[in-house]
Amino acid sequence: MIAIVDYGAGNLNSVKKAFDYLGADVFVTSQPEVVAAADKIVLPGVGHFSALGGLDNTGLRDAVLQGVNAGKPFLGICLGLQWLFEGSDEAPEFAGAGILRGRCQPFPPLVKSPHVGWNSLMVKGDSRLLRDVAADSFVYYTHSFQAPVVEATTAASEYGTQFSAVVERENIFGVQFHPEKSWTVGLCILRNFCEADL
Amino acid sequence: MRPICENHQVLTKRIIACLDVDDGRVVKGVQFVNLLDAGDPAECAAAHARDGADEIVLLDITATSDKRTTMLDVVSRTARGLFIPFTVGGGIRELSDAEAVFEAGADKIAINSAAVKDPALIGKIAARFGSQAVVVSIDARRVNGGFEVFVAGGRTPTGRDALQWAREAADCGAGEILLTSMDRDGTRSGFDCALVQMVADAVSIPVIASGGAGSAQDFIDVFRNGRADAALAASIFHFGIENIGQLKLELRAANVPVRWPC
Repeated sequence: MIAIVDYGAGNLNSVKKAFDYLGADVFVTSQPEVVAAADKIVLPGVGHFSALGGLDNTGLRDAVLQGVNAGKPFLGICLGLQWLFEGSDEAPEFAGAGILRGRCQPFPPLVKSPHVGWNSLMVKGDSRLLRDVAADSFVYYTHSFQAPVVEATTAASEYGTQFSAVVERENIFGVQFHPEKSWTVGLCILRNFCEADL
Repeated sequence: MRPICENHQVLTKRIIACLDVDDGRVVKGVQFVNLLDAGDPAECAAAHARDGADEIVLLDITATSDKRTTMLDVVSRTARGLFIPFTVGGGIRELSDAEAVFEAGADKIAINSAAVKDPALIGKIAARFGSQAVVVSIDARRVNGGFEVFVAGGRTPTGRDALQWAREAADCGAGEILLTSMDRDGTRSGFDCALVQMVADAVSIPVIASGGAGSAQDFIDVFRNGRADAALAASIFHFGIENIGQLKLELRAANVPVRWPC
């Protein structure tokens, strides 16, 4: 049973639809006790980092962190990946989970922002999430802030700077792009998460 | 194979297939009239995705002029099984219309007439769904040496300047601009590169060029000279004049970075 955490930021239909297509047992919830009862947790999110404030005020943050600490497979998508870091210059007043070191920052001024479209993955190390995904595959991005490349980064993309595209550490996974919108490559990544057994 | 890098970036140029839908069928007009039938929207969208389209846009082209809301059943049927970005426009007049379209499975909405009438609508939808989900569609026509904005499917002139409106839309929270040259629409005589470049240089958000696609060279020109981030076409794809896979091979040969293989 996979819980997609709904904290009031944006449209979660596409994420749910992709998991449904893969035959996963998945549901969207905004209730901390339902998140606590799930086997796997997906934290999606689009838009401004301050939207993550919706996690803090509802008990969802604690429910997600408890699940993560208990070793449940966790997948952060877009803002969900950024949440794993300490915070973001986009909304300094909101703290990330601080599971990964570093802060999210805007793109350098030499490129247009936001970064919207298909960019390629540069694989940095062994990746469970990218199993069966060809090197240099393309994925769909839409974001204005980016997370630094850290030890947990298993793939990066480049847009003015190199940033974390995929992070993985033990039961914790994050992708900056939108796998639910990245065609067969994205579906493969979501299937790998569904099959992640820890 | 890696795309060719320009300015240290490997963000690719997007090829977007547009479905102009009227009464539940994909149609395509020449300069916004004389509609021809091109098939079922869900089937067309799936076929374009398989051919290598980077994104699908569905425009309910008579929603505003008929004063009705978007055909939600068509949206939901098209969205099912489509795992690339999917934008829906036509007939979205207020936040609740946008909510219904997102609920039906759209990833982004395109607003045109309603945004001109009430620019605050852009910010309202962006606040709820994120700027990335709000595409402001601008239909522009050359008038007296400038570009004038038209609404209601190109039926109504507004007296507004296209460049000024694009800037304002971006400031209001639009995530992308879908810029259609009404002069070129359906003519297959090439994109209006001057119009596209003017807007692309003036805003930091992506600009999707539309209207006039007829050949691979037109796409090369609008990416190089027009500095478009994406280019949209309808009739040349539906009627199989240009295969998207073949188009991407030609773009690659011209060193335009595209998603490949796709």
